[in-house]
Amino acid sequence: MQNNDLAADSPDSENDAPFLLIEPAKGWVSLKLGELWAYRELLYFLTWRDIKVRYKQTALGAAWAIIQPLFTMLVFSVFFGRLAGISSGDIPYPIFSFAALVPWTFFANGLSQSSSSLVGNSNLITKIYFPRLVIPISTVLAGVIDFALSFGVLLLMMGYYRIVPTMNVVWLPFFLLLALVTALGVGLWLSALNVQYRDVRYVVPFITQFWMLATPIAYPSTLLSEPWRTVYGINPMVGVIEGFRWALLGSQTKPGLMVLVSTAVSLLLLIGGAFYFKRMEKKFADIV
Amino acid sequence: MSKRVIFCEGLGKQFRIGKREINKTLRDVLADAMAAPLRALKTRFSANGFPGMQTETIWALKDVSFDIHDGEVIGIIGRNGAGKSTLLKILSRISEPTEGRIGIHGRVGSLLEVGTGFHPELTGRENIFLNGAILGMRRAEIIRKFDEIVEFAGIAKFLDTPVKFYSSGMYMRLAFAVAAHLEPEILIVDEVLSVGDAQFQKKCLGKMGEVAQSGRTVIFVSHNMAAVERLCSKVIVLENGQLVGNGQPRAMISNYLREGSGEIYVARSRTGHPQFLSAKICDVNGNPMAEPVCTEPFLVRLHFVLPEDAPGTRLGIGILSADGLPLFTSNTLDVDMEAPTKAGEYEADVLVPANCLLADTFHLAMCLWNDSEVLDLQEPAFSFSVDPGGSHLYQLDSQRKGFVHIDCGWQVRKLGTVRGASAG
Repeated sequence: MQNNDLAADSPDSENDAPFLLIEPAKGWVSLKLGELWAYRELLYFLTWRDIKVRYKQTALGAAWAIIQPLFTMLVFSVFFGRLAGISSGDIPYPIFSFAALVPWTFFANGLSQSSSSLVGNSNLITKIYFPRLVIPISTVLAGVIDFALSFGVLLLMMGYYRIVPTMNVVWLPFFLLLALVTALGVGLWLSALNVQYRDVRYVVPFITQFWMLATPIAYPSTLLSEPWRTVYGINPMVGVIEGFRWALLGSQTKPGLMVLVSTAVSLLLLIGGAFYFKRMEKKFADIV
Repeated sequence: MSKRVIFCEGLGKQFRIGKREINKTLRDVLADAMAAPLRALKTRFSANGFPGMQTETIWALKDVSFDIHDGEVIGIIGRNGAGKSTLLKILSRISEPTEGRIGIHGRVGSLLEVGTGFHPELTGRENIFLNGAILGMRRAEIIRKFDEIVEFAGIAKFLDTPVKFYSSGMYMRLAFAVAAHLEPEILIVDEVLSVGDAQFQKKCLGKMGEVAQSGRTVIFVSHNMAAVERLCSKVIVLENGQLVGNGQPRAMISNYLREGSGEIYVARSRTGHPQFLSAKICDVNGNPMAEPVCTEPFLVRLHFVLPEDAPGTRLGIGILSADGLPLFTSNTLDVDMEAPTKAGEYEADVLVPANCLLADTFHLAMCLWNDSEVLDLQEPAFSFSVDPGGSHLYQLDSQRKGFVHIDCGWQVRKLGTVRGASAG
């Protein structure tokens, strides 16, 4: 729109070179998703970089992607499954918790890495222009590789316990996407805040810890009865975890309405985060 | 008439003073809020206020307007803090202006640093793709130019070695090679040429010249006046965030170098960082003088301040020719001297020996730095003329070539007589 009124006072408006107007932004800015699309190759390369360098100069390499959820599962199985005797229905406790830990680990890593992503890439932000959204998005996307590795272990475990997924497994990509959107939504808020307040670095471990306790990973959400189970879906990760168990293990707890609540909250987080991020974006280079 | 590709109208950029303190922790903010609830609330809800900070601001750029036409090569010159980098950052869309507007027709490529986004763990090959993508090249474009880039950098043998094992020279060559193959319609270049060795700089300048001749629009910032004069068709001079000159390179450069001289430098304001407060030329007894004489030694008297202890500080000066070519530099390390590191105000005298500078106009540059950063660089601080003053160096010729005099030893021996010549 601005381009048009400007073209009028510019004698060279007929040329087809891209025209760009730089001026102070006022009020709420648009998300400029078209521009984000134009920079998709950069998104690809940054994701690729994050994957490439993730386990450089580590002795165990990509094994870390598996070790983290695997050991948590062992600890949970011993303390919650055995000692506390938490019921996991007719599913063996180890796979009950591991099926939750795989998406959870993806979410928690995505959240914490994306929240520090802008500060970690400050050299890029202060030296070159591109839509800053590319940075947290690529960070979360890079975690999909880790997810794939630990998901492979999950499949092996299912083979061991002779669990055959039902047809509901076609919904699995949706639940993965829901976890990704939630991680990105929170990551956008935190990464933008982190540019201004480095406190975020210290807050993130708390957030993931509390959030984990508030998510049915070690216990089933059936501990709650309706309608509270649906309300529980306000935590989007509840929908993700219960969705994973339902799609993969055929647990009887059909997520239903709860997933809708989770999806709605997750989308709100993402849209709100994206607008907040865009609003703060113009200051990043000056204060990071 | 050529097309106008960039217009800039009333551009201004405001910064908050003390922006280094911005990474405050929430605790500071809370502590401030306890101490002065009203003030903290006020700043928190004021338009751009940072909680718990004075909202004193400075204009890094103010009221800057200019037009740039197709195919022009624009040099931007000015002293440190004049707003050159801020202007480039706004033109590159990295930083947003506070007021005014800029319109740009065409694809912009900006090069504010060589090797932006290079990752030490990745190989040369991988970094070419990553860096290319960051600079805005398409994947297909990188693939097409890949061989050319490798050849230009001369690192074919190390293509699959992580760049952290590269020598700094190889690293710079590779980084510049990628950047040099960027083909935007408008190229924005910051002082990238001031890094690397002489050969590298020559290569960079050569490439810049090529780009300039190819009819593309180039905007570049440099302290290298010789390069600016050679490459640019127009020069913009910034001073204190304002545009003070815009025109023919030769006139602009000589104006700029002459201006603010008066054989004395006085800092415009105290910044709270280590900085020079003033500098002047004195005779050996410390009396200020306007024009040193060739045959007499003279002092460069520097007055500087370290607001707090600054370990590892070094102090140096440089003498530049009239067109900005560095002739020589001298610093405290040369004479194994410890520069002051404790907080305080200091005065330093640098003795320039007699019969050293020839009669000409020179610029003085001065620098405070340590191993990790430049604390204050004034280049040039001011200019001064040296008077021949009856020097024997000018007995034969009032127009001696060169800038400095070096006392060389001479011996002439007779090797034999020449037949036919009359034996005098």
